[in-house]
Amino acid sequence: MKTAEEHWLYIISSKKKLINFNFKEIWRYRDLLFLFVKRDIITLYKQTILGPLWYLIQPLFTSLIFTLIFNNLADIPTGDNVPSFLFNLAGITSWNYFKECLVGTSDTFKKNENIFGKVYFPRVIMPMSVVVSNLLKFAIQLIVLIGFYLYFIWFAEPSYAISPQLNFALFPLLVLLMALLGLGLGMIISSMTTKYRDLTFLVQFGVQLLMYGSAVMYPMSYFRDKLPNYYWLIEWNPIAIIVESFRTMVFGIGDLDIHKLIYATIVSCIIFLIGLVIFNKTEKSFIDTI
Amino acid sequence: MSSDIILKVEDVGKQYRLGLVGTGTLSHDLNRWWNKAIGKGDPYLKIGESNDRSEKGNSDYVWAINNINFEVKRGEVLGIIGKNGAGKSTLLKILSRVTGPTTGQIKTNGRIASLLEVGTGFHPEMTGRENIYLNGAILGMTKAEINSKIDEIVDFSGCLRYVDTPVKRYSSGMKVRLAFAVAAHLEPDILVIDEVLAVGDAEFQKKAIGKMQDISNSDGRTVLFVSHNMAAVKSLCTRTIVLNNGNMAFNGSTEEAVEFYLKNEANTSAAFYDNKEVKENSDVISIALLDKNKELSGVFGFEDTVSVSIKFKISDAKLINNPLLGIRISDQLERNIFTNQKSLKDINTKAGVNEINVEIPNSLLVPNTYYVTIGFHIRNQEVIRSLKKIVSFKIEETGTEFHNYRSKDFGCVIVNCKWKTQE
Repeated sequence: MKTAEEHWLYIISSKKKLINFNFKEIWRYRDLLFLFVKRDIITLYKQTILGPLWYLIQPLFTSLIFTLIFNNLADIPTGDNVPSFLFNLAGITSWNYFKECLVGTSDTFKKNENIFGKVYFPRVIMPMSVVVSNLLKFAIQLIVLIGFYLYFIWFAEPSYAISPQLNFALFPLLVLLMALLGLGLGMIISSMTTKYRDLTFLVQFGVQLLMYGSAVMYPMSYFRDKLPNYYWLIEWNPIAIIVESFRTMVFGIGDLDIHKLIYATIVSCIIFLIGLVIFNKTEKSFIDTI
Repeated sequence: MSSDIILKVEDVGKQYRLGLVGTGTLSHDLNRWWNKAIGKGDPYLKIGESNDRSEKGNSDYVWAINNINFEVKRGEVLGIIGKNGAGKSTLLKILSRVTGPTTGQIKTNGRIASLLEVGTGFHPEMTGRENIYLNGAILGMTKAEINSKIDEIVDFSGCLRYVDTPVKRYSSGMKVRLAFAVAAHLEPDILVIDEVLAVGDAEFQKKAIGKMQDISNSDGRTVLFVSHNMAAVKSLCTRTIVLNNGNMAFNGSTEEAVEFYLKNEANTSAAFYDNKEVKENSDVISIALLDKNKELSGVFGFEDTVSVSIKFKISDAKLINNPLLGIRISDQLERNIFTNQKSLKDINTKAGVNEINVEIPNSLLVPNTYYVTIGFHIRNQEVIRSLKKIVSFKIEETGTEFHNYRSKDFGCVIVNCKWKTQE
């Protein structure tokens, strides 16, 4: 009976534990996750003319411009057998998913101040829903990529001899890594912005800069040849590794560097965990500081 | 039995930093971190002051609530009342886990769901039905639970016709109805409600109060209810806590708590007048509003008797001319409610200083703020003293028949007419 007296469902305490996840609770709120995803999808393109077509227009035009500037104007080679446009489209598609996850989650606290200030639910549901709803966007862009891919194989003159490699099976891992990285960084940033707003500005152009450092519009090997002194910047950038691996898998050019991929996996997991801890620490009292 | 206690609040306190949060926090953070590192406590926790809004303090930190201790039993409806800024909302925010406490802890044996503000998370672009699902899930329901209740919810809200229309086309009243309908169908063990009754029309308010009574009575659910509406607190709560400047000032039966609150809330400075320039021979000296315990008070319940105590002096020469003492009650809209006067002869006044009590009948004035005007004169001869709107008092809504129709002007007084069926 002694234990029965002191048995509580949960305790709200002033003491802060470093790691305090209630996975059972998060599981209980899984319906909320999907309802948020549904909300994002339903409401994003309400009262626009082109609607979900925007999902396609943005990567297509970016690839077009990239091809024009970087390949036709600046003469960056994209490999012998790979059409530049397809090269850029593949890079942008994978980069976009990471970027959308990062940007979408980086203002979690600020954007949802209203809801968070009124009701409690595991806050982590919110950034998670962003990652999941971006998955849909990613899927649509992937279909476009596949469409152009097939076009270049079968209809283009001269036809290209590209084919995905067997290790394409690792594709889900890449998606997971991008999600973890984007979510982890996003959570760290959103937690810090509750107190120090400067980070919002940093995100805006930081993401732009990061794209140039992530091998989106050039192959990593080209960078190594041209700027060997700065190559480490790209070489150890996990997102560059992911983008490069994605292209390697799809186009069958070069070899997949398994060691780098393992390295990227470890970094992604660490960043994600750090993000979770910081996020968790912030969610308790952010409403007082925001 | 101890297992009957579903919620236990122990020593809970919450400290806030005043001023611009964000400026200088980095240095405070570092200082805090340093003190923690060398094993001392948080330096800023000590210097907090109690949270009196109207006084200037010395420190940047205040305790919004401090040392709150109470227990709630299963099935109890606990009212929480207090002035603006007494810490009610802070307490509820901590209870509903929106923000964490600075000190102390809360132990609970049930799921808490809060209705801090209805309609949280409503998205204007989505239809009523979609919003019911989203809002329900935010409040902690699963999809299956909502599925089984959706018809009931739509029915309760009375918005069947609009349920597949985006919420942005709703009137504000409809939004509230829909939101409350969702919330009312929650089934948490502990429901936290803050001022929801301030919205909606009379019909809906009645429905809402009824629903809350149902929740607490039949289902044995525990409810924490925060409100300014004394009538609602009285009709719903079995026990009530009064907060004052962040501290728990009272914890006990609702009747006593409401009484305590009214006395406590009263701004007594408006209930007392002291004449600084008393004339030589005859004048009003002071006026005070007293409650039934003969204590100065500015706020009264509907059933309480307001006593106007008038202290005056009168000279022999004037007493012969039969002076009259009059009292007039008027409201904020400058409407005179009534005037009442008495000749001093009739109330056995003697020359010199006198003190008399004028009792305003209870259960008469509609809950509102009233002003008292005092006149002291000799008819057709002399106005000794005329004091217009010199003291004021407030009648608090403590359960008149009309409390559900708050916004309507249904007169200045409540009277009991005789109703008879013709034989």
